[in-house]
Amino acid sequence: MTDASRTTPRPAPPSLPDPAPASDPDPVRRSGRSARGRVSSVLKHTGLVVVCFLMLYPLLWMVASSFRPNDDIFTDFGLFVDTFDFDHYPTGWDALGHPFDTYLVNSLLVVLGSVIGNLVSCSMAAYAFARMRFRAKPVAFTVMLITIMLPIHVLIIPQYVVYAQIGWINTYLPLIVPKFLATDAFFIFLMVQFIRGIPRELDEAARIDGAGHGRIFAQIMLPLMVPALATTAVFTFLWTWNDFFTQLIFVTDPAKYTVPVALRSFIDAQMTSDFGAMFAMSVVSLVPVFLVFLFGQRFLLRGIATTGGK
Amino acid sequence: MSALGEFRTLRRTRVRRGSGAKREETPDNKAAALFLAPWLVGLVAITVGPMAASLYLAFTDYNLLQDPQFTGLDNIQRMLSDDRLAQSLQVTFVYVVVSVPLQLAVALGLAVLLDRGVRGLPLYRSILYLPSLLGTSVAIAILWRMIFGNEGLVTRFLAHFGYDGPGWVSDPDTALSTLIILHVWTFGAPMVIFLAGLRQLPRELYEAASTEGASRTRQFFSITLPLLTPIIFFNLVLGIIGSFQSFTQAFIVSNGIGGPSDSTLFFSLYLYQEGFTSFRMGYASALAWLLLIIIGAFTALNFWASKYWVFYND
Repeated sequence: MTDASRTTPRPAPPSLPDPAPASDPDPVRRSGRSARGRVSSVLKHTGLVVVCFLMLYPLLWMVASSFRPNDDIFTDFGLFVDTFDFDHYPTGWDALGHPFDTYLVNSLLVVLGSVIGNLVSCSMAAYAFARMRFRAKPVAFTVMLITIMLPIHVLIIPQYVVYAQIGWINTYLPLIVPKFLATDAFFIFLMVQFIRGIPRELDEAARIDGAGHGRIFAQIMLPLMVPALATTAVFTFLWTWNDFFTQLIFVTDPAKYTVPVALRSFIDAQMTSDFGAMFAMSVVSLVPVFLVFLFGQRFLLRGIATTGGK
Repeated sequence: MSALGEFRTLRRTRVRRGSGAKREETPDNKAAALFLAPWLVGLVAITVGPMAASLYLAFTDYNLLQDPQFTGLDNIQRMLSDDRLAQSLQVTFVYVVVSVPLQLAVALGLAVLLDRGVRGLPLYRSILYLPSLLGTSVAIAILWRMIFGNEGLVTRFLAHFGYDGPGWVSDPDTALSTLIILHVWTFGAPMVIFLAGLRQLPRELYEAASTEGASRTRQFFSITLPLLTPIIFFNLVLGIIGSFQSFTQAFIVSNGIGGPSDSTLFFSLYLYQEGFTSFRMGYASALAWLLLIIIGAFTALNFWASKYWVFYND
């Protein structure tokens, strides 16, 4: 965030420091650690474990509840299940108008389209911003940064009107096409940051060998940008999977519902009796998020740290 | 460097260029146009175009079926006497002003606790970060609705201590606080940003302070906090912009209504109701612009105030 980080050369991307490698013991505070230090360390770990438990408790309780008989759900605070009820999953799966896999596939389609769109369009724009000289670049770049912060609300009504006129409501086009037009400017910025860290000598050498921008971009930049592309893919996946506002507005046909919009129907008045089924499908809807978190964590943390703080 | 830092840099480079920087050799205008084509089309068709259109619609009466009727300042007049708008503004302000600082304080506290060579840091960090990925999902909002419902866990738990009121989500006095709790629960993302920032602080300062006999508390307030102010500022600006737009949680917890008694009527939710359930799209567009102006004003205020408390070490 400081200008200092601008003048000091940023490390080359392949060796980009993991913003949070394993703990590094602080030599200053380690030295002269006494029994008092050990006590405070135990206290700290106890505190952290308690905080972690409190944070996870609602999640674990929801998972436990999805295996409990409905009558037990709200009387049991515990996380261990004594009487298992496995019916909630099959019941929940078929509780709505369509089997739950319909919604999962629908969401997956939207997510896939969005990920591909963001990867293609944002990497192209980022390359131009980071490596090309063109007229009005500072203006264009500023405009791009401003659009990151623009609330969707000022766009969505006219967008809805236009999509309604061209028959895009109840298709996934309003959710996917904008991604192919680099409207998620946050990712352009993330990639620009990353490309700036790639030594210019690489593309200059290629240029001397006669390569044009197309080849430099495709054959040199893209392979080097894989970590930034992975971060973009992971974030796009999570944000699109969880997105509710635009999906609620653009998709109103129950057969086309995505997971969040379908889940929402569980809380409509008549449905609220079968808590177990509702929790079961909530758990199902979170499984992909959890998996992406598990395998993409590295890229998530890196993405947050490179664009977030410094 | 963050997007916010970028604005500062831009301002400086412009000044520098004025002082006779050499002209670039070969501009790539054509190739750049090609690479930026998708973005440009998107900017015009998906962003600037709709923005202009909604500005126009803000001065019309429009229900999607008939053509928009230009009504001048009617929508603005209507805003001034709209009680639900006043209520939604109040709810949103309270939510932003309470939940954003609270979340940041928790995030900073845990980041500082985790930064000091704690064993098992990656595990703690992962666990604490996970909720921030789930927090905006419908599933978690449903869970919250249940936990704080009439039969919910929290209600039953409190009953052990003699509480016999309704679930927090059905009481207008407490419904909003369940959403604030949900927001605080997602402190993991700013915490990770703080952790990354803490790692960049120069160790020498702490060594010097230790030798001088400064206590840890003193070190926190005299070194850590001032050096972290740019990151606090960044988190604050983004947090405020984000929470003004919160929608999903309030929608699910109140089943789309914003109740009880409009106590969870977030601005976005009110806008959604006006635009997409009552189909008053002209008025909803005016509301959208009001939101944009409010967010812009808050951000500008933040930048202005940052002169007095954000410390840039450069």
